[in-house]
Amino acid sequence: MAEWRARGESWRQAMDSGELLLVAVAGMLVVAAVAQTAAVGVVQPRIALAFGALIAFGEVLRLALPGGRESAPIGSAGAFAYAVVLHVGPKPATQPALQVIAIAAAGMVVGALPHLAAGRPTGLAGIAARLIAVGFVAAAFRPLSRNTIISDPKHWWLALAVMTGLLAAGWLVECLIRALIRADALRARFGVALWDEIRVQLPLGVAVAATAILIAFAAATMGLVALGVFIAPLLVTQMAFRRYAGIRATYLQTVRALARVTEVGGYVEDGHAERVGRLAVVVGRDLGMSEPELLQLEYAALMHDIGQLSLLDPIPGGATVLASPDDQRRIAELGASVIGEAGVLPGVAEIVRCQHWPWRGPDGEPPVGSRIIRAANAFDDLVGSSAETGRAMAALERLRLDTATEYDPAVVEALARVAGRRNGSAGRLPAC
Amino acid sequence: MVTGNGHRSNGGGPSRLSPAAWLYVGVVVVAAVAVLAQLLGTDWATDDAAGESGLTLAVLALLFLVTDSTPTTLTSRQSAWSPSSSATLAAVVLLGPLGAMAVGATSLLSVRRGVDLTQRAFNASMYGLSAYCAGQVYIALGGQVGLPWRQSFHGIIGPFAVAAVVHVVINYGLLWGMLMLVPPVTAGQPSRAAGLHIPLLFVSDLGYATLGLLIAALWGAGLDAFAAVLVLVPMFVARWAMGQFAAQERAYAATIAALCQAVETKDFYTRGHSERVARGSAMIAQEVGMRSGRVEAIRYAGMLHDVGKLGVPTTVLQKSGPLTEEEFAAIQLHPMRGLEIVRQIGFLDEALAGIMHHHERIDGLGYPMGLAGDEIPEFARVIAVADAFDAMTSNRSYRGARSIEEAVADLRKWSGTQFDPALVDAFVAALSKAGWHQPQAPKMAPADGVAVRDHDDPTTPLQVIEGR
Repeated sequence: MAEWRARGESWRQAMDSGELLLVAVAGMLVVAAVAQTAAVGVVQPRIALAFGALIAFGEVLRLALPGGRESAPIGSAGAFAYAVVLHVGPKPATQPALQVIAIAAAGMVVGALPHLAAGRPTGLAGIAARLIAVGFVAAAFRPLSRNTIISDPKHWWLALAVMTGLLAAGWLVECLIRALIRADALRARFGVALWDEIRVQLPLGVAVAATAILIAFAAATMGLVALGVFIAPLLVTQMAFRRYAGIRATYLQTVRALARVTEVGGYVEDGHAERVGRLAVVVGRDLGMSEPELLQLEYAALMHDIGQLSLLDPIPGGATVLASPDDQRRIAELGASVIGEAGVLPGVAEIVRCQHWPWRGPDGEPPVGSRIIRAANAFDDLVGSSAETGRAMAALERLRLDTATEYDPAVVEALARVAGRRNGSAGRLPAC
Repeated sequence: MVTGNGHRSNGGGPSRLSPAAWLYVGVVVVAAVAVLAQLLGTDWATDDAAGESGLTLAVLALLFLVTDSTPTTLTSRQSAWSPSSSATLAAVVLLGPLGAMAVGATSLLSVRRGVDLTQRAFNASMYGLSAYCAGQVYIALGGQVGLPWRQSFHGIIGPFAVAAVVHVVINYGLLWGMLMLVPPVTAGQPSRAAGLHIPLLFVSDLGYATLGLLIAALWGAGLDAFAAVLVLVPMFVARWAMGQFAAQERAYAATIAALCQAVETKDFYTRGHSERVARGSAMIAQEVGMRSGRVEAIRYAGMLHDVGKLGVPTTVLQKSGPLTEEEFAAIQLHPMRGLEIVRQIGFLDEALAGIMHHHERIDGLGYPMGLAGDEIPEFARVIAVADAFDAMTSNRSYRGARSIEEAVADLRKWSGTQFDPALVDAFVAALSKAGWHQPQAPKMAPADGVAVRDHDDPTTPLQVIEGR
């Protein structure tokens, strides 16, 4: 099962079919927009330049969000503001929708260049998703902006309501696109992927939309200065998000690292914790678990053997599947008490505590996370780091024989499905 | 804005404030009241529509209260952060110094729990004073008080920016003075979290101060009080993100501590060792003036310094007699084993060196590499002192815990041979300030898992059988 272990770097450069399609659609949109804008000429070039610069700046400050997502809140806020702005200073803003798309695309591409130069991923798919959302809002709002009722400052509440509704819809379009791509890449269920996307993107999305609306209104009083001044609060929000995403990544990294103490101590085979962690996440995703649940599952799977540290003598070979039920119970409960000690991962402690329960046992039905870990652990104990198909098949056969009482048949079937994906792309993106 | 958030967590209320702290609070409050009284005495006819500015004041005060009442607690629990500065700074533009001061002083009515009257009075005076000074600076630089119009807007940006900086600086200055006078909640981590977060918070506050300008501008654009509501949205998102960050950070620290404890469970006598070494290392690091990021890194390094011990067979680790060369080699390997585990954690660059070399000695007789003097990374020298000190002041099966005085004397004895003298001095100085929590004597040692010897204990050096 080599592909579970190797989370290659090459995925960053590679693109799968869904991403290609998205980039192609966005590319055609941009070509049309640029051609039209070039033919007609840029309306109000000073304003266009200012917004384009803001969008580029925001793209340079791209932000990594949990789960290998990326976002450019400042760039998005600038682009959305350009799509909905009514007045800049005393003059009405008259840019057509296609010009908004062309300027946003130019800004995003210019902003992506430093990333390219630094050898980071281009993030073309993310740019494409953002661009389509901006295009959607611009196409809907620019024609409306010529309407005298909406553009009349006396009816600011009407303009506000329309902007809010359109920005919410635009944000939803972006989430939909991202969820489609992600569901395709990770083989997650679309509904679950969409829900995950909405949950992750909602806080920043709200801040971006609010900032865009604020800029659009403030530009009437302040002119273009509004762009520079009012992006600052979003910059601060972005800093807070960056630190949040950073500590989350470090957290997962640290648990992954420290889960290896059982290996260094000779309690389990090398790489066991990480393999079980990865396998459990893939199985959990196949079963339609959401990202927060998968994160808990991964933590629990990584630390499922931590209770072995309290055993004086390591179990021969470290395979808990061969340990006596009493030992299994002790390991599970000691592990749960270690995790419970931290007091911050109660769900994880519970999953670890129930990991030895049979599917149909005297204690009732264990949580789904525990069932997954039990099966994944047994599978890895039997197969180990071997990449032989025969061994995996034999191990699956053995688990299937035990589905009457020991292992949840749904979990074992999911395990069989993901184990069959020899060249699946399941490990390409970080889970949570 | 940053507020004093009470010192209740160490059991005492403000009654435990030192006389100096009382004096400080008194001076701040009296200054605020004096300014207010003087302003009330003068006639402030700058506003032609008193009724309208009354409404503005009410809306801004409400905005201030809402934001101030839902702060994010910083990890130290001694100070809290809320994006309320935008309300006071909007008042600077819309209402002038007096109005701004009144908005800031509403902090007195904040519905936050666990903040007693003294703290409220201090916070309200602190905000009032910083808002007043910001307002005066704004006017002195030519900023116009009142609704900004298109023509006047460019003229107020400069004065507003300076006023925002003044506001934030005075807020932090006054709070910093207070934190200096209040004993830290936990020994060994005085104002660490505050120090850790201040650069971020400072910039955050400046960012949110500009929201004040936005409120003022939108007010001018005809949105009136609705501007304030609209502005609340990004503020609460920022608050949410800061809260998430702080919560994750706390969870992270707790998880690391729990995992390190798991590594220690086998050995009854070394329980809590990692955490105490982490605290001791951080104490030294602070004493020698490391910046907060490095202090945080060394805290984690101290916490994780012995994870590699798991790779050494228990029988070897606890063997009472002299060791064979093979067994000694196994012990010497444990810092490398630790490194192997921790290397995956990206944030610990300097900390890695600290973990790898924490058993080196200044005279070059340590392990694993036999580095001497300045060749040993600073982190490792720091951890070595805290590590040995905790081993000496803990109970061992073969001896009771030494007193702090005895252990300090031993540190001094080996200062220059085993330990870095400057760091020993720093540790002793930090000890006299923050004290040390010696572990409780074990009530009853379990039959298994008895440490017969401790590799960290410099009073019983490892003995190796010469030859074979």
